[in-house]
Formats: sequence, C-alpha cells, structure tokens
Amino acid sequence: MTPARVILGIVGIAVAMIWIFPVYWMVNSSLLPNVVLQSQSPTFLPLGASFDNFSAVFQGGTFLPALGMSVVIALIVVACCLMFAFLAALAISRFRFRGRKGFVLAILFIQMLPAEGLFIAQYKLMASVDLLNTVLGVSIIYIAAVVPFTIWMLRGFVAGIPAELEEAAMVDGLSRTKAFLRITFPLLAPGLVASGVYAFLQAWNEFTVALVVLQKNSVQTLPLWLRGFIQASASHAIDWGQVMAASTLVALPVIIFFLLVQGRMTSGLVSGAVKG
Amino acid sequence: MTTTLHPEAPPVVGATPQPTLRTPRKRRISFTPYFLLIPAVVILAIAMGYPLVWQIVTSTLKFGLAQQFGKPAEFVGLGNYLTLASDPYMWTVILRSVLFCFAAAAVTMGLGVLVALLMRAVGSVIRIIIQISMLLAWAMPVVAAMTVWNWLFDWRRGVVNWVLTSVGLPFQNHNWLQNPVSFYFVALIIVVWMSVPFVAFSLYAGLTQVSGEVLEAAQMDGATPRQRFQFIIVPIIRPVISIVLLLQVIWDLRVFTQIKLLQDAGSIASETNLLGTYIYQLGTGSSNFGTASAVSIFVLVLTVGISAFYVRSMLKEDES
Repeated sequence: MTPARVILGIVGIAVAMIWIFPVYWMVNSSLLPNVVLQSQSPTFLPLGASFDNFSAVFQGGTFLPALGMSVVIALIVVACCLMFAFLAALAISRFRFRGRKGFVLAILFIQMLPAEGLFIAQYKLMASVDLLNTVLGVSIIYIAAVVPFTIWMLRGFVAGIPAELEEAAMVDGLSRTKAFLRITFPLLAPGLVASGVYAFLQAWNEFTVALVVLQKNSVQTLPLWLRGFIQASASHAIDWGQVMAASTLVALPVIIFFLLVQGRMTSGLVSGAVKG
Repeated sequence: MTTTLHPEAPPVVGATPQPTLRTPRKRRISFTPYFLLIPAVVILAIAMGYPLVWQIVTSTLKFGLAQQFGKPAEFVGLGNYLTLASDPYMWTVILRSVLFCFAAAAVTMGLGVLVALLMRAVGSVIRIIIQISMLLAWAMPVVAAMTVWNWLFDWRRGVVNWVLTSVGLPFQNHNWLQNPVSFYFVALIIVVWMSVPFVAFSLYAGLTQVSGEVLEAAQMDGATPRQRFQFIIVPIIRPVISIVLLLQVIWDLRVFTQIKLLQDAGSIASETNLLGTYIYQLGTGSSNFGTASAVSIFVLVLTVGISAFYVRSMLKEDES
C-alpha cells in the first residue's frame, strides 16, 4: 500500500464516522439512563445499556396513539397512491392520447411544488369541509402530494415490460385481463413494492402539512409528537434518553425500508442524467 | 368528496378488454386512458388544484382576522403584492432564504463531489463503510434527525459544547440558537449533513461511467490529476452535476422543517424566518391569509421557474 492510499483510507474512515455520528449518538443516548446523560462529561459507549428508556416511552401513554395515527395514515396513503398511480402509469406508458403530454408535464411540476407553497390554502380547504384534525384530511393531502412521483416511478416499470409479452399470452388464448394479471402484474411487483415504500416513507416522515392540519394534541402523528419534546427542551431540561429512544423507534422502520429501495429512488430522481 | 370516487376506480381495469373493437388498429380514439387517469386527476384537483385557485384568488383580497369572523373580503387587486414589495422585512426574508439556499447548495455540492471522488479512490471495504454510514444518515426521518441535532447542540449537556470546551474554547453553556448567525450556521450543518449522501451517491453513480482506461491513457500522456478531473471526469458527469445541483437549490430554498424545529428549540422566529416559516407565521400566527397567499404564490412561481429546466430534462427521458 502506498502512503497516499493509506491517507485516503484514513480520510474515508473519518468521513464515515462524521456522517454516522448523529445516528450513533441517538442510539447510544437511547440506551443510557438520564443520570448518565446529565453528568458533566458525555458517555461515548453504551456500557451498562438498558432498554428502560424504551419501556418508559411505551408507558408514557402518548406514543402509542401517535404511532397508531401514523400507521393508519401511512397505510391509507400507500394503498390509494399505489392504486391511483398504477392506473395512471398504465395510461401514460401504454397509450398515446390527447392531453398525455400535458398530464406528464403537470405531474412533474406538481412533484416539485413545496408544501409551504400551498399549506395555508390546504388548511383553509380542510377547515371549510370540517376535516381539520382528522386522518382523512391529512391523508387526502398526502395522497395528492405523493401520487405524482409514484406515477413517475411506476411509469418506468410499466414501460420496461414489453406489451408484446401480454399480446403473446393473448395469442396463446388468455383474455386480456388474464394476460395482464398472470404476465404483466407479477413482473410489476418490484415496481409496486418500491413505489409503495416510497409512499410510506413520505407519509411517515411528513411534518409540514401535519403541523397545520393536525393542531390538537389528541391527534398527532409521530413527527408532531417528537416535536413536542423539542419545544419542551426550549424551556426546561428534558429527559433526552427518552427522546432519543422515541426518535430511534420512529427512525427504525424508515431506515429498514429505506435501505431496501434506496437505489430505485435515486435512479428515479436522476435517471435522465445517469444511464445504466 | 373523494370517498365516493374510490369505488369507481377499480372496475376501470376490468373495462380494458374492450370487446366491441377487435381490430388492433392503433390510431383509433380510445377512452381507456382517460378512465385510468380519473382517480389521480380527481385527487390532485381536490388537494392541489382547488387550494391553488383559492390561493390565487385570496392573494388579491384583503383577508385578515376580521374576515375570519365573517366580514366580507375586499378586493385589493395586486395590493398585497405591492405591500409586500415595499415591506423591508419581506426583502430581508427573501435575501436570507436565497443566501441560505446558495450557501447550503454550494457546500453540499462541494462536499458531495469530494465524497464521490473519495469513494472512487479508496478500496472496496472502506467504500462500503462510507456508503453504509451515508445511507444511515440519509435514511433518518427529518424530525428524528432534528431531535438528535438539538441534543448534540443542547446548551446544557450537548456534545458539541463539551468537545469545544475540552479543547479549550469558551463554549461552556453556549446557546447556539440565540444568535441568528450561529442559528443559521447550525441549520446549515444539519441541512448539509442530510443532503450530502444523495449528492455523493448520484455523483458516484455518474463517476462509474468514467472508464478507468481513458484516465490511465490520459495519465500516460502526462495529464495531471487536476487536468484529468477538469477535462475528462467533469465533462462526463456534467449532466448529473447539473440535475443534482438544481434539485439541491429547489430543496434548499424550501427548508421548512429544519428551521421551524430549530426555532421551536428556543430562538426568536422573526429574526430567523426564511420564506417557509414566514408564510407559516403569517397564515397560522396572525391569520393574515391575503398576505400569506401572496408570499406562497411568490414561492410557487419561483419554484416552477427554477424547476422548468429539470422538468424539461425529465420530459426528454419520457419521450425516449
């Protein structure tokens, strides 16, 4: 090994450590009792680790309702997004029709719109139909926010399956519906999984819209619930061990799902520029 | 409204066989694609289209707290926009947002390029270590990441203050969020930490397109590392760089969650507002919907303007 390679290796390890440190710190703090966290100097290794903070979070009484809310919203968003996006992706990748280009243009632009550009108006909309502080109200906005990119992702998958495959099955005597269900649909499964996970992550992590539409403490998604701790820390010392345990619980499903679909999501965003 | 439409969606799939027209002529007009688009179009019209129209209308009205309680809103034309244009605070917020956006995008791109080059230069073991740590940082939900960063920068027991104090700097009980400059510094670190992984991965994917043989040949012809970077690597990954940069600018212009949560942790909102938090404050704090709508329209127009290039390149991909 040349000295240059050794130095590059050391730099590489340093970069990796810097980036992972906050994640490590979250897990480390979540395993330590508050007495240790409040002492003069920080403890860098979770020696004498315990899951006390985690059980305190579960016993606190506010975590489970927020978890339930987040799960229900995420499931609604995933189900509706997949259904709507699948149909739309079929339309734009299998048909050439008047208005197709306009639709594609519209979803690409909508996908870029920041939540902050519309959330006051969405708040007023939900207030006028009495859907503030409801699962349905938040879900409707989330579906609309997530469906454009889901359509775009699925479009790529549908276009990747040659229509000839389906036609060949029809020549062999299957009806169009059967050909679709038996031939095309199984090939689409990876695309549906990737898009579904994308929709899940968006709904699970969303903060901005939730902040304006869900204003009661009794209806909170997990991000809003976590925000409560940050607000509390402004005025008094808080139990960081529990907050970190809570954050770990919120992050865990995301990290698992994210690792599964990361590659597909990145290529969806920059596929125009990276070939291969 | 939407619930009535959901049951209509699934049968559309069943309707695809079209038994009436058996001849596979390609040019006939089919209504199938339009049926397929109904659910997506309806939900977008309800949750995006209607609010957008409401917002455009409201931005031309004097719509404040009094209108909340039933007073009819007065039409003021471009009045809200003119008021904003002559409001020095609005300009301060725009300037802050643009500066923050450029700073964050520039630092992110710079570090992203360096990390991508580093991943290419090191052996596979270290590369995988870098990739895993970047993936974990990238995967962190933004609010969970914010609680961790708040804990890291906590003025009482935060690690950052502890490290700085132990190397002899006067950071005992230093409150990072009180001073707007150090507030933005912390926000910048957090935003960059979250964004670099995406940039590094995309650029690394681009770099794998650069063939090692070409670089070797250039090296034998006497090209310095800098020349190889400038004349071989950069031209090949330029399309990726420009798209990633564009996305960063768009995303950094709309940082809301990070700024809002840092404000929540104890800083004065009016001194640290960027465009997103300013709209939030106008709309929910002071119920000034007319002005809030006008600022929102400004943000939307700005985003659509910057996105146009990105959308064009995506459309090209759609056509291919």
